[in-house]
Amino acid sequence: MATILVESVSKRYGKHQVLDYFSLRIEHGECFTLLGPSGCGKTVLLRLIAGFETPDSGAIRIGETVVARADNGTHLPPERRGLGVVFQDYAVWPHLSVFDNVAYPLKLAGLPKQSVRDRVLESVALVNMTGLENRLPSELSGGQQQRVALARALVARPALLLLDEPLSNLDANLREEMRFEIRELQRKLDITVLYVTHDQEIALALSDRLAILDENGILRQTGTPPEIFEHPADLFVFNFMGVANLLPARGEGKACLVGRQIFPVEPGACPDGARRLAGFRPSDVLIDRESPDGAPCLRGTVRRASFLGPVMDYLIDVDGNTLRASVDTHEALDRDRMFREGDPCVLRFRNLHWFDASDTAGKGAGA
Amino acid sequence: MSALAKKNDLDAAHFILGLSIAILVIVVAVPVLLIFLNAFWAEGKFNIVDVFAVLREPDTYQALLNSLIIASGTTLGSTVVGTFFAWLVTRTDLPFKKFMRGMFLVPFMLPSFIGALAWKMLLSPRAGYINRLFMDVFGLEAPVFNIYSYLGIVAVEVMYLFPFVFIQVCGALERMDPTLEEAARISGAGLFTITRRITIPLVLPSILSGALLIMLYSMAHFGTVAVLGIENGIYNIPTLIYERIHQSAGSFASIRTGTVLASVLVISAAFIIWLQGKVLGRGRYQIIAGKSFRPVELKLRALRWPMLGFCVLYIGVTIVLPTAVIFLVGGLKTYGLPFVSENLSLANYKFILFEYQVTKDAILNSVTLGLAAAFITMFAGVMISYVIVKMKVRGKGFLEFLGMLPFSVPGSVIALGVILAWSGKYGVNLYNTVWIILVAYIARYMAFSLKANSAALEQVHDSLMEAARACGAGMWQTLRDIVLPLVRPGMLAAFFLIFLPSLRELTVSIMLYAPTTRTIGVAIYTLNEDGETVFSAALAGIALLLIITGQTIINRVSAKYQG
Repeated sequence: MATILVESVSKRYGKHQVLDYFSLRIEHGECFTLLGPSGCGKTVLLRLIAGFETPDSGAIRIGETVVARADNGTHLPPERRGLGVVFQDYAVWPHLSVFDNVAYPLKLAGLPKQSVRDRVLESVALVNMTGLENRLPSELSGGQQQRVALARALVARPALLLLDEPLSNLDANLREEMRFEIRELQRKLDITVLYVTHDQEIALALSDRLAILDENGILRQTGTPPEIFEHPADLFVFNFMGVANLLPARGEGKACLVGRQIFPVEPGACPDGARRLAGFRPSDVLIDRESPDGAPCLRGTVRRASFLGPVMDYLIDVDGNTLRASVDTHEALDRDRMFREGDPCVLRFRNLHWFDASDTAGKGAGA
Repeated sequence: MSALAKKNDLDAAHFILGLSIAILVIVVAVPVLLIFLNAFWAEGKFNIVDVFAVLREPDTYQALLNSLIIASGTTLGSTVVGTFFAWLVTRTDLPFKKFMRGMFLVPFMLPSFIGALAWKMLLSPRAGYINRLFMDVFGLEAPVFNIYSYLGIVAVEVMYLFPFVFIQVCGALERMDPTLEEAARISGAGLFTITRRITIPLVLPSILSGALLIMLYSMAHFGTVAVLGIENGIYNIPTLIYERIHQSAGSFASIRTGTVLASVLVISAAFIIWLQGKVLGRGRYQIIAGKSFRPVELKLRALRWPMLGFCVLYIGVTIVLPTAVIFLVGGLKTYGLPFVSENLSLANYKFILFEYQVTKDAILNSVTLGLAAAFITMFAGVMISYVIVKMKVRGKGFLEFLGMLPFSVPGSVIALGVILAWSGKYGVNLYNTVWIILVAYIARYMAFSLKANSAALEQVHDSLMEAARACGAGMWQTLRDIVLPLVRPGMLAAFFLIFLPSLRELTVSIMLYAPTTRTIGVAIYTLNEDGETVFSAALAGIALLLIITGQTIINRVSAKYQG
């Protein structure tokens, strides 16, 4: 069992407090992602769990074992925590062949030669590298080196696999392919995976659950990918999970106003005197030339129209607020929604998220 | 059990740190400290008045002045020569550029005191072959050139030191982004303006850094001044220290003078190194990137072949001629005979290699001392560098400071410090044994080892070691399986960087040798002093062969490592 329990862990470097009484629970057998901007302390947390760093306060448990505990100085060194680690820069040893890289954990464990050989070949096959066992790392591409690192981390059959931005040095196609492979391996081997990244797309595609950290190392939300995407806990999470539109709205009497227009929203979303932000994704904007069946809409002007292939991307001005909308290209062609710059338009929205206007973590992504 | 594991790790870390500090303290810090102590501390109290009294003595004052004159002249000459040749082989269409570039590095291999010896044979006022040629054949009254002079010393030092500047400037000129010059050209600047306004300011830090390196080297340089200066009473700091210690057999006054002079050397060296750091640390150096570019070449046109001729002549006069003279004189029956076949034989070489006890001992001593010093210093250096570059332990700052020390302690200072520390005053007496030379060699060459090993260790990314830990390797296993194999090229480089120079070492061994513990350098020097010029030359020839063979092996090995 490899349930990870992080209890009130703090870590500081000089004056910089990276983690402050941070707690987290990762269940056995789940693929868990730590998602946050660079410098948020997610890598530090992974290194604490791996044992490369020691916490200033708190404790870390892997399964039944307390691997680190600040108050009595417990620190199980990384080599005894029974885990696999894959690093951002692969960390494949340049002086050893693929075979020897992967075989190293088994040799240390003192396995007999024949079973080392069997297990290595099995691991190499698992990451689709069969036939390249005798190559040196310098003769491999980045993606292949990353596969070697993965095979090496998995060969000793650890209950827990830690991955620190392992795909960020790969090109886009390879990244996509590798993330499915990691997911597949995790299911096949039934291990716990902790994945650290700043890329929300990978996090959504890969995780059973994910945790979002802000730049101060504070945990903003944990949940499944749909939960996080559909029900962001706050403005930071909403902003971080993709292109975000934010319209400042104010409640006046029973009405909700954006600029000088009435914003048609469900009652109670913006009570009298309140100042709130309405958040939505570009894909949640329904754009038309005229209001269909006379329903209430916001009126705007198209400021910029960009053809992005599968979608049309519009920058729209609504009484001095800019927002972005995207429309499926075929739909736009079929239903007369190819706008040009300067065209007037009407807007409706689905799936609005409401945030307090005082929340400073939000930065409109529209402009 | 887990708490125990942490303790073991920490204990190991502290053990390595402690050992590293101990090595540097014993080998480098204590000798230097003793020098300062002896210089500034007399009769139980701090005494600066005496220090100035010593510095005001005519002999000492003159030695300080001479060191400054010779070092300035050498620095100026080497900078001009080094920069000019560097520009010629990187920025012009000189024929056979690659080959010439290699040739300009050859002086690095030639020990300058052997060069000085050769020039003495060529240009000493009465017996020098060139002077005699002119006087006997062309009937000149006076010698053409007297090598026993400031100009002679400076000229010889320039010949063998200019590669310091040459290498630095070549590197800077090659790594300079040509778009910087192209941008100036597009803006309408002519080649002369570009050179003056863009190129020179950009490579200036490299030029200055190389110049300071030569300044440092020349201030503390023993060999050339010893061979060429003493005849005419020209002493610099190291030769005066040697003279005093050697003649007075360790009297208090001479130790005093020695330590004061040595302190001056250490302080100037520290100042020069600090200055060099300043020069290199300036922001503009950043413009020179790590990549190699193909720079714009100046067309020499009609000067192309004459320039090549000039280079070949320079190499011929400064390298080929002295080397040939060494080998020829080494083959003579008696020094002074003309170089005709009936005077030449291999008898001297046979004699010094197989019969003459002094030279046989010297060769054996130098080789064993070199091997031992190289081995010990290589391993100590890799350990100390590991702590400095890779480990996170408290107390590392002190080690970093100690690690800087070997870079600023010249050879003659080390020799004097080692005498103070290991002559029985503190319980251990190594004086007159090979061990004292070994200790001094380790101190002297520690800087090379630290440099090569830290460079290699910086290439080993932390994650490579962490990956091993995550795979189940302990700290020692990680060192053995991952770190050591990866820094092996650096260690090998350190080994040869120590072994080869130690074969020709003179400055340290001359102060520490006993009748049975002569090194090759000492033997060459003393044989020459004793008038056994032909044996001295023959041994110098053997030393050159050893060095050239060694260098060839290194070049082969390092070429293999670089793929």
